[in-house]
Amino acid sequence: MTDMRTATAAASAPPLSMTDAVPKIRGRGVGVFYGAKQALFDVDLDIMRNQVTALIGPSGCGKSTFLRCINRMNDVIDVCRVTGEILLDDENIYDPKVDVVQLRAKVGMVFQKPNPFPKSIYENVAYGPRIHGLARTKEELDEIVQSSLKRAGLIKEVHDRLDQPGTGLSGGQQQRLCIARAIAVSPEVILMDEPCSALDPIATATIEELIDELRQNFTIVIVTHSMQQAARVSQRTAFFHLGNIVEVGDTEQIFTNPREERTQAYITGRFG
Amino acid sequence: MTEMAVDATTGAPAAAPTDRLRKRYAAERRFRLYGLGAVILGLAFLVALFTSIVSAGYGAFVQNAIKLDVTFSADTIDPSGERKPDVLVGADYTAVARAALRSALEVGSDRQLRRDAYALLSKGADVQLRDMVLSDPSIVGTTRPVWLWASGNVDAIMKDDSQRQIPEANRQLNDRQLGWLDQLKEQGRLATQFNSVLFTSGASSDPELSGIGVAAIGSLYMMLIVLLTALPVGVAAAIYLEEFAPKNRWTDLIEVNINNLAAVPSIVFGLLGLAIFIGFMQMPRSAPLVGGLVLALMTLPVIIIATRAAVKAVPPSIREAALGVGASHMQTVTHHVLPLALPGILTGTIIGMARALGETAPLLLIGMVAFVVEYPSTPLDPATALPVQVYLWAGAPERGFVERTSAAIIVLLAFLIVMNALAVFLRRKFERRW
Repeated sequence: MTDMRTATAAASAPPLSMTDAVPKIRGRGVGVFYGAKQALFDVDLDIMRNQVTALIGPSGCGKSTFLRCINRMNDVIDVCRVTGEILLDDENIYDPKVDVVQLRAKVGMVFQKPNPFPKSIYENVAYGPRIHGLARTKEELDEIVQSSLKRAGLIKEVHDRLDQPGTGLSGGQQQRLCIARAIAVSPEVILMDEPCSALDPIATATIEELIDELRQNFTIVIVTHSMQQAARVSQRTAFFHLGNIVEVGDTEQIFTNPREERTQAYITGRFG
Repeated sequence: MTEMAVDATTGAPAAAPTDRLRKRYAAERRFRLYGLGAVILGLAFLVALFTSIVSAGYGAFVQNAIKLDVTFSADTIDPSGERKPDVLVGADYTAVARAALRSALEVGSDRQLRRDAYALLSKGADVQLRDMVLSDPSIVGTTRPVWLWASGNVDAIMKDDSQRQIPEANRQLNDRQLGWLDQLKEQGRLATQFNSVLFTSGASSDPELSGIGVAAIGSLYMMLIVLLTALPVGVAAAIYLEEFAPKNRWTDLIEVNINNLAAVPSIVFGLLGLAIFIGFMQMPRSAPLVGGLVLALMTLPVIIIATRAAVKAVPPSIREAALGVGASHMQTVTHHVLPLALPGILTGTIIGMARALGETAPLLLIGMVAFVVEYPSTPLDPATALPVQVYLWAGAPERGFVERTSAAIIVLLAFLIVMNALAVFLRRKFERRW
């Protein structure tokens, strides 16, 4: 485990320390209700630019709920209501003037289970740029698809079969295809909801390396159940419990020297 | 586990678990046999149904005809020699046909004999000859062999020898006529031919001249109208209800009522069509337009329910994926949900239309049970439908209609089987896995 961490760290930019981090997203008093049930209580959380922020915590603690607030994916659920505000570059994304479609172009998402469209690999990546009008010509679109697949580390494996269905790839390849699809629309933030929970350890390692590379260009928020994964890929970690943030800080500090007793108990596996 | 423990404590014989095992196996075997029995019973009924219909109806696909050397006498047809179409249409072709028959059977001037002879030929013989002359006027003045349809009674008795056992007084044809038939048969002048009349003709009181042509065109018009109205309206309604409508008491009420609508007896839709389309909107009676609209109303709930089920079956992960890259709700539906739901929608539509194709009751109420001889040129002209034609023929007393009824059922069943096969094929072809 430690081997991998040093390897990925060596391959990428050195981890940023807290001092030169600039907040990209600021959650202020975020509360979420599903009908009458409250799932998140008054959460304040800053997410730093060009960092990987890991959200950890036991099942049902609200970490995925918070993640889905950042691109308003919760809007799809009829009974869901969000209070408080989330500022993306000082703009409240819950402001009625904000267009959800534009927001989701800026804040991409990768889901727990790889979910490529049942279309060709090319079409999977080209879909986002096409609906947002990012390419004027076929050549531009080809270029976007190629570079996205390259940045997702998939191009070598699929360059000769872009017209094959995306669903025919292996699980790890499918997930990287989903990452390519997300970065094809040039988002500023990428949200990842347990992106490796359906993958084997080798595919997981590939994705983790990829995440580390991607953080040079994107701000990444990742929900994970694996403490080791949070430790390997993230610079900041937020620990959620029962809909509250218990502790947030540098990953190094959270895992080595947690301030809260509950954090200590969770990361050492005493509950969760 | 606990039962085993109880066995151990009570000191039950070791055979107890094997007993239970044997009972369980027997129960499973019995259940499988019941299921197999049910399937076999169902298949047996199906086979019985098909055998009875096919055995009664296959005869109608051929029909007896008599070969006569017809002299297209210029004196009878067109004495002026100008060959004007209106003169050729109005000529007395019955006389031409009868003259040919008289010479073939060597009948003299005895009126009773003549009447008996004439009864062998179909009343439509003159139309056959007229059509020949109209398509080629140069045959006037020549003599050539022509197959003319035999009358319905001849056809019936030639296809079913047992009718000859009936005493002459109760028979449609007398002994002299039977003698002529045997004579013609021996000369090779009486034989069966493929029955094109069955497919091209409209209604007629003579069985040998009636066909399902008008009914088939009427059914075709109605199916087109059902497709053009029920499919877009049904799909739009289903997608709105499933994707965009707020979930509240009103949409619940609508959903319950759509399900109820699917179970409403079809004759009620006929009454509705009669009151609204014909009574209120003053549309023509017996018209495929009205029939199609009524059947569309009947098919609508089927399409809505099938489409909603198909839309609901699209996995939420695909929706999330589309929303996640910034597709709007509408784009998500049109680009991803609809294409994936298409096989289900098509299947539902085709099955709904197959049901509509076989529907009779509502058509009776809006007057599509008429005696229509002429082909409808537009959906506003009077027409019948295939199942209505079956109903009409089933009630006709002539023997020749019995096999025609079964033949019409065979054609209707063939259409239904083709449609259902198409539904299966489309589902297989467009089904996608994820």
